[in-house]
Amino acid sequence: MNEFLIAIHRDMKSKDASPSPEQMQAAIKPFQDWIGDIAAQNKLVSPPKRWDAVGKVVKQDSVTDGPYAEIKESLGGMILVRAENYEEAVEIAKGCPILQWGATVEVRMAMAPPQE
Amino acid sequence: MVAVLCALFGMEHIETAEDIVSDTFLTATETWSYGSIPENPVAWLYTVAKNKARNHLNRTRLFEQKLAPQIRYQAQLATEEITIDLSQQHISDSQLAMIFAVCDPVVPADAQVALALNLLCGFGIQEIATAFFTGKDVIYKRLSRAKQKLKEHNLQIGQPGPGAIKERLLMVIRTIYLVFSEGYYSISHDRVLRKDLCDEAMRLASLLLDNKATDLPAVNALMALMCFHASRFEARNSHTEEMILYKDQDRSLWDNSLIEKGIYYLNRSSEGPVATRYHLEAGIAYWHTLKEELPEKWENILQLYNKLLIIEYSPVAALNRTYALAMARGKEAAIPEAAKLGLTDNHFYFSLLGNLYTGVDKDKARQYYSKALELAGNATDRQTITKYLDAL
Repeated sequence: MNEFLIAIHRDMKSKDASPSPEQMQAAIKPFQDWIGDIAAQNKLVSPPKRWDAVGKVVKQDSVTDGPYAEIKESLGGMILVRAENYEEAVEIAKGCPILQWGATVEVRMAMAPPQE
Repeated sequence: MVAVLCALFGMEHIETAEDIVSDTFLTATETWSYGSIPENPVAWLYTVAKNKARNHLNRTRLFEQKLAPQIRYQAQLATEEITIDLSQQHISDSQLAMIFAVCDPVVPADAQVALALNLLCGFGIQEIATAFFTGKDVIYKRLSRAKQKLKEHNLQIGQPGPGAIKERLLMVIRTIYLVFSEGYYSISHDRVLRKDLCDEAMRLASLLLDNKATDLPAVNALMALMCFHASRFEARNSHTEEMILYKDQDRSLWDNSLIEKGIYYLNRSSEGPVATRYHLEAGIAYWHTLKEELPEKWENILQLYNKLLIIEYSPVAALNRTYALAMARGKEAAIPEAAKLGLTDNHFYFSLLGNLYTGVDKDKARQYYSKALELAGNATDRQTITKYLDAL
């Protein structure tokens, strides 16, 4: 089993952003179900945390208000799951209910520490 | 009684304490069978135990003074007037102290429950073996090993301080819940014994609740959980050997006073900021006590199972969560999720699949129930599965 990061990116800065705050509200239950599905398979690595929408963006010579968005989308949330391979991790990620409102979900595999 | 005497003697003399207690009961059996039972048998027992303990201490004191004056613990005792406090308050305090000693990390986890039953609830080896559905020698070994550990570390039996409470409370709660579960879910057919285990667990939880330092939200949640479960004890056990499943129970047999008691503790449990697994399980158990099938009932159970699984995975919770999913969202939604659980060595998993396919695909239902029957280890489970197979 490998560990995968499932990072959910969504538009948090535009005025008419999708998902809207109302849509995010409506997504709470489906989101909990999705996490519950993953946890019921014993594939959740650690309980998901809730992240605020404020954030700070730090560069070498500046600190600006976040959340960071070079393009339209910011990091909205992330979870760690267990999966055999990318295929399985992507299958899990496809269950993310925020996708239907235009979010993008990024999947990344954790690498083993370098061997000495 | 053992707890009180251990507090007096020190944990290294645990066997002496046990000997005195069994000797006391022996005296009782002998005396009572010839005459009448005294008016207050409990007080009588405690008085006899007290005298025996005092005699023992005097004897050892003599021995220690003459032969082993260097043993400080006993020497200290020698200079003091021996008093044995067997008041109700002191008994409760000693038992509370003993729970925390039993749940010390030096005692192997699998022995803690057996030890609690033996030292705190007065269960004999045979009874514990029956409850655990195992042999007497297994329990005997487990207990001696655990007592050896207690002695080796010569654990202090005292009122647990804030540090010990913080560090060990979850272990204590877990042990009490295991005692309860042993009674509630045991495959043993000894109904009286199983009821005793449940009652003892609730008594131990009451001990914690009666003490200000341990009257904490998680303990209240545990008590609520046990009350809700216990309210179905009668409805769950038929007088034949069969276990009656939740959905087939006669709901008029549910014990309303226990449900109300549970609600009281559930409310008290919400006073802290942390929701432990016992809070979530108590919440789940609460929704199960609702007799009407309201639409929000299974929705709430599902959400609580989601939260429970997020903080602690267990196969049982995963299976129950999937059942709740079927009840809240329909079998079509639950079947694909059930397929992903992968608990292929668990007969409850195949029973669940059989249940989900009942009314959807008869062949598949039969296939899964048959697989469950093949894997089921005990007669009660096999009987239940056969009933569902026949009903298809």
